[in-house]
Amino acid sequence: MKNFFSKLIIYFLLISGSAIFLVPLFWMMSTALKPIDQTMSMPPTWIPYRLYAEIDGKPVSVNKAETITAPAVIITVDETGEKRIVTPDQIVKGKIVTRTKTGESVKQAVTVVREVPASKEAPWIRVIPEDVMAVIQAGKGDARLASQWEVVPQGSLVKKTALRWDNFGKAVAAMKYFPMYLKNTLILCVLTVIGTVFSSALAAYGFARVPWRGRNKAFLLALATMMIPFPVVMVPIYCMFKSVGWIGTLRPLWVGSFCAGAFNVFLLRQFFMTIPKDLSDAARIDGCNEFRIFWQIILPLCRPALMVVGLFQFMGTWNDFLGPLIYLTNQKDFTLALGLQFFQSQQGGTEWHYLMAASTLVVLPIIVLFFFTQKTFIEGISMTGLKG
Amino acid sequence: MTRGEFKTLLTGLAFTSPWIIGFLIFTLYPVGASIYYSFCDYDVLSSPVWIGGLNYQDMLTDAVFWKSLRNTFYYAAVALPLGMVLSLLVAVLLNNSVVGRPAFRTFFFLPSLVPAVALAMLWLWIFNGKFGLLNFALDRCWINLGHFVTWVAHFFHKTVPWPQAAMPNWLADEKWTMPAIVITSLWGIGGTVVIYLAALQDVSRELYESAMIDGANAWHKLRHITLPMISPVIFFNMIMGIIGALQVFSGPYIMFGGGGPNRSALFYAVYIYQNAFEYNQMGYASAMAWILFLIILVLTWLATRATRKHVYYAGE
Repeated sequence: MKNFFSKLIIYFLLISGSAIFLVPLFWMMSTALKPIDQTMSMPPTWIPYRLYAEIDGKPVSVNKAETITAPAVIITVDETGEKRIVTPDQIVKGKIVTRTKTGESVKQAVTVVREVPASKEAPWIRVIPEDVMAVIQAGKGDARLASQWEVVPQGSLVKKTALRWDNFGKAVAAMKYFPMYLKNTLILCVLTVIGTVFSSALAAYGFARVPWRGRNKAFLLALATMMIPFPVVMVPIYCMFKSVGWIGTLRPLWVGSFCAGAFNVFLLRQFFMTIPKDLSDAARIDGCNEFRIFWQIILPLCRPALMVVGLFQFMGTWNDFLGPLIYLTNQKDFTLALGLQFFQSQQGGTEWHYLMAASTLVVLPIIVLFFFTQKTFIEGISMTGLKG
Repeated sequence: MTRGEFKTLLTGLAFTSPWIIGFLIFTLYPVGASIYYSFCDYDVLSSPVWIGGLNYQDMLTDAVFWKSLRNTFYYAAVALPLGMVLSLLVAVLLNNSVVGRPAFRTFFFLPSLVPAVALAMLWLWIFNGKFGLLNFALDRCWINLGHFVTWVAHFFHKTVPWPQAAMPNWLADEKWTMPAIVITSLWGIGGTVVIYLAALQDVSRELYESAMIDGANAWHKLRHITLPMISPVIFFNMIMGIIGALQVFSGPYIMFGGGGPNRSALFYAVYIYQNAFEYNQMGYASAMAWILFLIILVLTWLATRATRKHVYYAGE
């Protein structure tokens, strides 16, 4: 019985915990697939939908404008043709009083289109057909379009789940250079992965399997450099790249990866040391030189470790923000991370559906990559975090 | 040195050369230059001018510097212990023989994959004052708590007036910006969970079995077997956590740009960045970076000393 209860508590905690961890991700994707009016609703809309109203006997996809909770009248102003909703007592002898832009009150003759018997219990909704809304939002609406709305009872609206996949296309278009961002990011990922894997494997081999004089001292030095925080070297490295004229190019972001980083060297060295020495000795007797032993014997045996290093470097480059922020100056050279931030800072954070769509596009490849390389990932994380 | 030794030395150096070159260009020279710059007035456009310890002296009276330092310490002191306890808790829960453990592990791990920029974007949206998900959830919790309290009070023939709570304005109120950043950091503990879980699975079953025979309960086992056995891993992650927490940059920079309301979310690394690349005070930025390095060294040393007795290394 006691066991049963503790199991119950464990499952309860795990399920509610993972729900809390997953909700933000779900929220991001759900927002990415919504029209703007559903991003700004309280209570929030979990599943994006489309509203359908019957207009002229046909179901039309519409956006909600206002809710009407008291009896009202739909009228058209005779002079201008403008369509409006007014309260019944605003109409006096077929005329309403309108305040003009200059502040005078004018009486205008109106025609009643129809009465709306709305109340608190049975509200009516003013709806705008979605295609009309799109034209108005694009800033191309005219007076004729502005009167293309309808008022329908709330109960008659039909909700159907609908995902706005076109948000992704629109977000990409709004970001302007998205394909360039993607290209730059991929170029950097490929170059840094190659550079890191190759250079750290070489260096790690030198530290693990060639017994040269001073090796241990050099290795200690390598470990010690891991303590140095990036801000310490940030300014001189920037000045260095500036003096060779590389600011505003992608070069500062990948050149460094061809110089083995201490952490990866450390990781691979641990791995290389586990391979029996006899293997190299046998190869040496057969006349292999050191580089061939490294290339043809040790490296193939260390594929898992190399995968881990490569994978983490890929992630690191994909996610890097500070590097691109410092070195890149032209928008066309930006990476996805920097481009996304630029997009957000530019449009001031109001079109959340586009922002979330763009964010999803940056997150998704990483998540897909994770699902394909899950084992390497988990092993790699455990490997890097367990070195006490 | 014999010929053979010399040849080995050359081979070794050749293999290690990527690291050696990297060390010279990207560590040794920058470290030296950075010490020098920290004693200079340097705006990149003209060459550095030696001003002695003036940069360090300026720091003492720079209120923004102190604010950024305090914010960063606050963050490290809150986010780090919370993150450690939480990830350990999740790992211990997962270490029970539960059905679907790989799935649960993936769920907790996924958020830690989200790139910093997308993470900041997402949380800006969740913290949004008007349409944010978090305040909606908090509001619901508060109201439901109210229902519950009034329901209980009803039994005792009492009425409890339940006030409407003002939800925190996470991004615009200087009291709440730091908690907001701490929350975003807690969302990314998945990596640490995976590390702890791997460590927990390495703990020998026999230890638990013999403890059971001695009549130990769950708490005893956790306190006297699990925690000591994985203490090196906890310690290692704590040190890495300290180093990482003091250098946090991307999240706060993207969420709060120049530091948020009244610079309440201005982090040390962000202020270094601002000095270096916005105010063109490379000398001052370098001096700040060195102070950061010193702080990291001191804290690491203190952490090592404080926990030395409690970290158990099986090999020793």
